[in-house]
Amino acid sequence: MDLSLSTRNVSGPGGDRTVVEVGGEIDVYTAPKLREQLVELVNDGSYHLVVDMEGVDFLDSTGLGVLVGGLKRVRAHEGSLRLVCNQERILKIFRITGLTKVFPIHTTVEEAVAATD
Amino acid sequence: MATVELRFSAQPEHVRTARLVAAAVARRAGVDEAVLDEVRLAVGEACSRAVGLHRSHGLTSPVRVVLSEEEKAFSIEVGDEVTGVGAADPGDGRPEGAEGAAESEEEDEMGLAVISGLVDDMEVSSTDVGGVIRMSWPATPPPAV
Repeated sequence: MDLSLSTRNVSGPGGDRTVVEVGGEIDVYTAPKLREQLVELVNDGSYHLVVDMEGVDFLDSTGLGVLVGGLKRVRAHEGSLRLVCNQERILKIFRITGLTKVFPIHTTVEEAVAATD
Repeated sequence: MATVELRFSAQPEHVRTARLVAAAVARRAGVDEAVLDEVRLAVGEACSRAVGLHRSHGLTSPVRVVLSEEEKAFSIEVGDEVTGVGAADPGDGRPEGAEGAAESEEEDEMGLAVISGLVDDMEVSSTDVGGVIRMSWPATPPPAV
């Protein structure tokens, strides 16, 4: 399955958030599309991103690299990048690599949008 | 003898095929269902790394994946044809911008980190023909019908 991406803007208590809904497989072939999307959002001035990974079937280190790159970019603008994920198989990869300490991971989009810290 | 051997040109789009084949063969070999996700991820990481190495070194030769059913184990070997690259130095001279190159390198290192986190039995070696990542998992072959 290929990668699907869609974005929408949502207002939260801390201001506007851009929700990026990702579906399908994020791997060495599809990750560049996600990278382009994140770069484009930051270039357009969206610095507070919520990446919804509930529809992701597969994630590898290339995908992790893209998310870390996205985080680096938003942080350069004092922004934030939050993840939404409940799938154990995906969460495991964040744990193995120690990235659970780097990314705030939420169980719902609403919770991620409402987070202000 | 290898159960299934796969060669694919070093293009990112074929890594998914390698994952699917490896998972299918692992299932047949009797690898536990709960571990198949790990097999899929680990073989994908190893193949992504090999594809990256071939591309960054301008090699047109294919990446080789050998899937072997053994008595009580299932093993996968992913071989590249890049010589003189140790596990800690996954390549340089990438055809991207400076930032892209740095990110790719981080991804490669993360790839090996993911494999070593996932697979207990794993070794990275380098021969005069190229590098090999070998991984294996316990398997209980189904009784013959």
